[in-house]
Amino acid sequence: MPEVTYLEALRQGLREEMRRDERVFILGEDVGRYGGAFKVTEGFFAEFGEGRVIDTPISEAAIVGAAAGAAHLGMRPVAEMQFIDFISCAYDMLTNYVATARYRANLACPIVVRGPCGGYVRGGPFHSQNPEAAFLHTPGLKIVCPATARDAKGLIKAAIRDDDPVLYFEHKYLYRRIKENLPEDGDLVTPIGSARVAREGRDLSVITYSAMVWKALEAAEVLQKEDGLQVEVLDLRTLLPMDDAAILETVRKTNRVMIVHEDTRTGGVAGEIAARINEGAFEWLDAPVLRVTAADTPLPYAPTLEDYVLPQVADIVTVARKLAAY
Amino acid sequence: MSRVDVVMPQMGESIAEGTLSKWLKKVGDEIKRDEPIFEISTDKVDAEIPAPSGGVLAEIKVPEGQTVPVQTVVAVIETDAAQAAAVSRAPAPAPAAAPAPSPPAIRGAPPAVPAAPVPLAPASAGGEGETADERLRRRSTPLVRKIAAERGVDIGAVPGTGHAGRVTRNDILGFIETAGTAAQAHGRTEETAGTAAQAHGRTEVPRAPAAPVPPAPAASTWEATPWPGDRVEAMSRIRQLTAEHMVFSRRTSAHVTTFYEVDMTRVARLRTANKKSYEERGVKLTYLGFIVKAVADQLRRNPVLNAAVQRNAIIYRGQVNIGIAVALDWGLIVPVIRGADELSLLGIAKAMADLADRARTKRLKPDEIQNGTFTITNPGVFGSFAGTPIINQPQVAILGVGAVEKRPKVVTLDDGAETIVPRMMTMLSISYDHRIVDGAVADRFMAALKEELESFPENGL
Repeated sequence: MPEVTYLEALRQGLREEMRRDERVFILGEDVGRYGGAFKVTEGFFAEFGEGRVIDTPISEAAIVGAAAGAAHLGMRPVAEMQFIDFISCAYDMLTNYVATARYRANLACPIVVRGPCGGYVRGGPFHSQNPEAAFLHTPGLKIVCPATARDAKGLIKAAIRDDDPVLYFEHKYLYRRIKENLPEDGDLVTPIGSARVAREGRDLSVITYSAMVWKALEAAEVLQKEDGLQVEVLDLRTLLPMDDAAILETVRKTNRVMIVHEDTRTGGVAGEIAARINEGAFEWLDAPVLRVTAADTPLPYAPTLEDYVLPQVADIVTVARKLAAY
Repeated sequence: MSRVDVVMPQMGESIAEGTLSKWLKKVGDEIKRDEPIFEISTDKVDAEIPAPSGGVLAEIKVPEGQTVPVQTVVAVIETDAAQAAAVSRAPAPAPAAAPAPSPPAIRGAPPAVPAAPVPLAPASAGGEGETADERLRRRSTPLVRKIAAERGVDIGAVPGTGHAGRVTRNDILGFIETAGTAAQAHGRTEETAGTAAQAHGRTEVPRAPAAPVPPAPAASTWEATPWPGDRVEAMSRIRQLTAEHMVFSRRTSAHVTTFYEVDMTRVARLRTANKKSYEERGVKLTYLGFIVKAVADQLRRNPVLNAAVQRNAIIYRGQVNIGIAVALDWGLIVPVIRGADELSLLGIAKAMADLADRARTKRLKPDEIQNGTFTITNPGVFGSFAGTPIINQPQVAILGVGAVEKRPKVVTLDDGAETIVPRMMTMLSISYDHRIVDGAVADRFMAALKEELESFPENGL
């Protein structure tokens, strides 16, 4: 089993699906000859040709609109947002058109919209966003946020095969930092809607996803060593549809829960998770549900300020200690 | 820099401890002298405790919900505001993990006080850095309350190691494992009463505690268990005390109840005639006022009804202190009119209005619900014809007042003819303790009471 990066795992997933299914094609800005801003589709143009790896004008609304039209006619398009921050330009297409197509017109719209999200890379306010909460509120969409190389591959394959629109948020900080041994053969698919226990524990649970899974695991290690706390880490992997069963199971197990996400706090995914815990497992709580998130501000460019605004391992440790002592 | 300790006050002679039910101020708040800073709950009374001096609340040592002996320092007021603010910004020390902290020091108590039965939180918990959010937190969590309900555990008896003395999952599971059952938890309460008596050096005149707590019966086949769809709520402190007191009274006294119908027509006339002049003095003249006045007079003449039982002795009380039961939204309380036999009708009416008002606004002083020698309850205000009240221990009798209303009554006219006329009537009942009060005595008392009310003197107003 060769060691592959998160980015390479994603690339493998895309390539395997394109080889497997001729209906799958890629469109986006500079995805063709250039191979994509982060080189996710490097080599695809040579292998699959300009008919299946299509460079587009700089218009996210047009990219998503074209993908939706192709999907209605039986194709399986994968649209790349060069940075996921710019998905907001396609917000109307996604929420008003794509998400409602099946409901309004019984039109299948099996598209994948993927792109690099997240900070910790000194990207500033336009190249570091985590827009999941903006779409969590839209019925008709699915949202996946892989944290591991295995899931980067498994979820892109599941997303492409899904008969409904899927937003695939890949974390750019993880692209080349996360490496994992993956089997070369076999069909590695991660089912959408299923969370994974990334670390077993009994004292408290950290519910999280994407790059924060790794921060939470680091924090769990610190808490184990310094406080003797057994921290459970739940990697949601899919935000929509949310794996309520896994969330409630970890609440019933440890009775103390915190939610960590990199997105800003107000109106964030953590609020939704906390509400579900409240509705489904109130009597299993031995402490209030706490959150660690980014501060409610645009992400600063200055490294010191970015570090201050984004959740760090030390923040998770501090809140976990408060939770454990409650 | 000057620091003033705030202590759990001695709220009545026989009270050895109090529960700090609510902090009205938080650390860092500016406080004026005599401004209420916390609420306590003892026996049955809830009272606001004023600040002994002005300044800034620098430290809270006792979290909400905790019961501590009197004179325990519950907070510190910093009279130099700037320094206090600095203190409040200091990080809170991590709460100690010891599940059974050492007993608190009781000032002025004999050195050989047994280990305090009441669990205390680590001294640092709830100290500086306590926020408004933290104050609002309950002492237990939904999970702990669920476990407590399922296992029949009194959460108040579980030592809490969580934030601000909170009982955590591990605390209650550990408690169930080691200390065991609810029955044991109740046993501790009894021990409290004994300890309190010793701490006050009252061994030469042992008194019955104000609210003696009988040991709870062990769980039996008759114990209620919730069914699906039921709602389970923990009893408030006042409810628990009332429940314990009522059962204790039923078990202690040999209750007998006798009834006397009283013609209140004359009282009604006097009341109507004098209502206005009383109102001008800010007092409402009620039927109950007349009844209290007459009872006070008759108790002085029938001292055995104004008494208490102490093992094989009868204590005849020197004072006539009449308690009046007041129904509150959150329970029942009995404020006491002291020296009622020395008051005029006006004085009694005034005292009744004042006590009832302050009972409803939680401003009674703990002393004002203690040392009653006789109690009157007035179910008639709700329309009851007559009641069979339970004696308020350690007293020996309680009077129930039924509704005052017009009823047909047979009267004999001057010429010997009989006729039925509408009269203002009420039914008075008295439950007395047959251990020391015989029927003849109780009936003589009631007959005299009836006589006094039916011929209430005009100059008595």
